[in-house]
Amino acid sequence: MEELLRKLYEDAQKEILSADSLQQIENLRVKYLGKKGELTQILRGMGSLKPEERPVIGQIANEVREKIEGLLTETKNKIAQLEKEKRIKSEYIDITMPGKPYEYGHKHPMTQVLDEIKKIFLGLGFSIAEGPEIEFTYYNFEALNTPEDHPARDLQDTFYVTSDILLRTQTSPVQVRTMEKNKPPIRVISPGRVYRSDEIDATHSPVFHQMEGLVVDEGITMGDLKGVLNIFAKKFFGEDTQTKFRPHYFPFTEPSAEMDVSCFACGGKGCRVCGYTGWIEILGAGMVHPNVLRMSGIDPEKYSGFAFGLGIDRITMLKYGIEDLRLLFENDLRFIQQF
Amino acid sequence: MSLSWLKEFVDIDEDAKAIAEGLTMSGSKVETITSYGKEISNVVVGKIISLEKHPNADKLLVGIVDVGTEKLQIVTGAQNIKVGDYIPVALHGATLPGGVKIKRGKLRGIESNGMMCSAEELGLDESLLPEYQRNGIFILPPFPLGMDINEALQLKDDVLEFEITPNRPDCLSMVGIAREVAATFKKKFKMPVVEVNESEEQNPAKVTIEATDLCFRYVARVVKNVKIGPSPMWMQMRLLKAGIRPINNVVDVTNYVMLELGQPLHAFDLDKVENKHIIVRRAREGEKLVTLDGKERILDSSMLVIADEKEAIGLAGVMGGENTEITDTTVNILIESANFKGSNIRHTSKKLGLRSEASSRFEKGLDPEITVLACERAAQLMEKYCGGTVLKGLVDEYPKPIEKTVLTVNPHRINRFLGTDLPTSQMIEILESLEFKVVQKGDDLEVTVPHFRRDVTIEADIAEEIARLFGYNNIEDSLMKNAQTTLGALTKEQRLEEKAREVLLACGLNEIVTMSFMGHKDLDKINVPLDSPLRKAVKIINPLGEDQSLMRTTLLPFILNVAYTNYSRKVQDFKVFEISKIFMPKELPLKELPQEIKTIAIGMYGKDVDFYSLKGVIEALFEVMGIKGVEYVRAEDPSYHPGRSAKILLGDETLGIFGEIHPDVLENYDIPVRVYGGEINLDKVIQYANVENRYMPLPKYPAVERDIAVLVDGDIFVKAVEKVILETGGKLIDKVELFDVYKGPNIPEGKKSVAFSIWYRSYGRTLTDEEVNVIHNNIVEALDKKLGAKLR
Ligand SMILES: [Zn+2]
Repeated sequence: MEELLRKLYEDAQKEILSADSLQQIENLRVKYLGKKGELTQILRGMGSLKPEERPVIGQIANEVREKIEGLLTETKNKIAQLEKEKRIKSEYIDITMPGKPYEYGHKHPMTQVLDEIKKIFLGLGFSIAEGPEIEFTYYNFEALNTPEDHPARDLQDTFYVTSDILLRTQTSPVQVRTMEKNKPPIRVISPGRVYRSDEIDATHSPVFHQMEGLVVDEGITMGDLKGVLNIFAKKFFGEDTQTKFRPHYFPFTEPSAEMDVSCFACGGKGCRVCGYTGWIEILGAGMVHPNVLRMSGIDPEKYSGFAFGLGIDRITMLKYGIEDLRLLFENDLRFIQQF
Repeated sequence: MSLSWLKEFVDIDEDAKAIAEGLTMSGSKVETITSYGKEISNVVVGKIISLEKHPNADKLLVGIVDVGTEKLQIVTGAQNIKVGDYIPVALHGATLPGGVKIKRGKLRGIESNGMMCSAEELGLDESLLPEYQRNGIFILPPFPLGMDINEALQLKDDVLEFEITPNRPDCLSMVGIAREVAATFKKKFKMPVVEVNESEEQNPAKVTIEATDLCFRYVARVVKNVKIGPSPMWMQMRLLKAGIRPINNVVDVTNYVMLELGQPLHAFDLDKVENKHIIVRRAREGEKLVTLDGKERILDSSMLVIADEKEAIGLAGVMGGENTEITDTTVNILIESANFKGSNIRHTSKKLGLRSEASSRFEKGLDPEITVLACERAAQLMEKYCGGTVLKGLVDEYPKPIEKTVLTVNPHRINRFLGTDLPTSQMIEILESLEFKVVQKGDDLEVTVPHFRRDVTIEADIAEEIARLFGYNNIEDSLMKNAQTTLGALTKEQRLEEKAREVLLACGLNEIVTMSFMGHKDLDKINVPLDSPLRKAVKIINPLGEDQSLMRTTLLPFILNVAYTNYSRKVQDFKVFEISKIFMPKELPLKELPQEIKTIAIGMYGKDVDFYSLKGVIEALFEVMGIKGVEYVRAEDPSYHPGRSAKILLGDETLGIFGEIHPDVLENYDIPVRVYGGEINLDKVIQYANVENRYMPLPKYPAVERDIAVLVDGDIFVKAVEKVILETGGKLIDKVELFDVYKGPNIPEGKKSVAFSIWYRSYGRTLTDEEVNVIHNNIVEALDKKLGAKLR
């Protein structure tokens, strides 16, 4: 009987070691250790043994069972490991294939530019004011020191709705409305649509976007105007940006200036973007004209301020190298989805 | 502005680029610099001494040209020359603009030792030249033979073109710019010396200003016995470089003085002026005048004319009349040097669609003090170059001489305003360099403004003069150190608008921007009825065209235009939105400003797009904005598919409309696929938004899920079924979700199967099956009773 058990173990060992699938292992477990398995078969013959032999054989049988079980588990783990490795090997995919697209919308480039500008000025303590696009002539002109026969009114081809209502030609009327409503300190920007009667072409549009800025307080200087706009230029166009202020004329500011920034395309060496001058004209600015302050109910003896205005469309075109303004209004998704 | 001419008024050695840079930074922006004569060498004055047909070519001529040192045989194709003409000759080895080199050679077998040059070949604008100098060789007045052409024509020059702002009409002249150059470069400015030799004969002309509100000053002089002919070449060249066409000596002198001093002049043929009496008056209604350009103008009483005792002879400040024009036979001249009201000139010129060099200057408002000098200067030049005699007596009608502007300014205040620390002496120096007279009075300065600077009226103007000559870029930057701190933040409305935009972007919609104008055609295309309020739009008086004459009352046509653009360009998936304003007037014509309503417009087409994907976007918007209780009812709007569109209601308020675009509308836009669109009133969404979220505790007790599927009539809204479930179940219903709607086999005709999952839950205890069964059965009964729904 001892012999049989030893033989059984040897057979089992042989078979188990040569198994190569989990199914085979399971089959062998049943074959040797199952209720009707070979070990049980052998142990059925225990009854014919002498009583003193029984414990000895019993122990041997247990040892054989344990060994076979151990062997089964060990081999099973080994096979499972191999199978896992095999599966992993078979699961290699082409990681260069495209990902599954998740749809998300693209913000219009002008909104993106405006968002960036807004963030800079919010950080400088500015809030955002809004005003009507269809505006009283008074706010668009008279209150901005541009009376009826003023030559500057000629420069702006204005759309009129009635004799005293028009489509605002600039965002500057919001300056006046803000000053009428609020007491200094005032620090606002005001982006929005403006209108001039130009036919649309690569650089003109009857509808375009401006952003106005206004600061009014005691002791505001022209140095402040320069300081604030310089910070804006550096934050928006890059820390290396240089600026240049040139005298200019606006009816509602005195002194008035235009600000050029060093060309961000060539760094000032001269290129097509800057017309080979190294500089790009970005905005108009100036110290708020005392007449404008006075008309809005602010005492120019006590307060001073500065204002500035810039074209969002133009800056968007410059920033992204867009050469035709019409692209901004055409809304070809192949264009918008580039931003 | 010619640089060589400038040097008559100011000693300056800097080159054109440095001058341009300096002037730009002190306020006179230079737009372009054009160089003349730079590349021209070995071109001399020659005279044609013989001219014959080329033996081998019909279209060529062979000439012998005397160039002083030798006589050269030259072949030319030009036909405008004759023996005796003086011409520019490019010698062997000469260079011309554009890198052209001239070499001797043979033309059709005949030797040619140089080239006769046209004006264009010398870099001049031929279109401004008289006929005989155009279309061929540039025929010159007699110059010494062999003289270098650069010297003869004073060709070598740099011409600067400025952007002059409307406040500085004084800079529209040589002397104006010269003053700026002198002040900018700290040089001395010299006015031209004007001396007139009057004859004994008394001036016979008379001037009456009737319209003293439109004509402030009228200065005149008579010059007798002029000989009309070409003006000197140097004068012609200066006019040419300024873009003015040389005409004859008298007209050229008036233009020359205009360029020099900035005062437009006019010359009348005095013998054609009735009774030699000039009357400045308003035109009569319907009065006719043929202007110098040969066109008959019909005038009205808002316009100012120069007239004699019989009729109008000139349109004041705009253009002279043909009836008193200077012609080859003119002998006696009246020079007009007048000052008119700028806005009136602008008005007249606009009304007649007639602009001239003179009108564009007058309309900016000129200095009346310059008129006498300009008149005398013209008389001086006419005496010299037109062979005329200046008669005794200058006419000067000046009813109300302007007063000098004297300002009291405070240097300390100016420093505080600019953020500078300039010594008073430096301010005085700057002001004096600009010809302001300054007297120190205690802490203040008393500044007398020169007559040509009518733009300077307040202290801020003086501050600007000081700042621009000190240099804007020399002012130290500062960051509002004297100002109070302010809060930089968005308002609640602005934050909500940004939030709305973010939701739409997150839903995969791309942002577009379209124009604000529409026409009735746009409304026709989206089937808007004629009596719709959308037709009562704000109308522009002077639109670019009928199709762009209204301020939009809807964004839908723009969404569809953009859809068409993209569809026609084969864009497959189209999902867009725009946030912009529509304009709704309360009454027309406008008495007050219209309502400007911020509106969200949406448009979609593509393979996965249907009514419900659009509705999903809208629901996402309301969810993020915290708007609960929105109801959807059928929209009755002709722009939309009647069965596939909805109006969005919140209580009594309509928040918007959306759905599939009506097939008729899509046909109008030539779009062959289904398009979904909508418009939502963003102002109202913001008004009802509630984003003040509070945390809800997570449930402690499990939910019991039961499904229910019922058969209902096909036209019963799913929402109605859901409503019955919620009402019947009450508080114990945690959530109801539609999971199936089915029509087809196994379902009777006209019916549909609707299936919901219902989650029952109590927040206070675990529900028992028995409890749930009772409620669930109640729901089944209620559905049957209220909607005739049968359990499947
Ligand atoms: Zn550049």
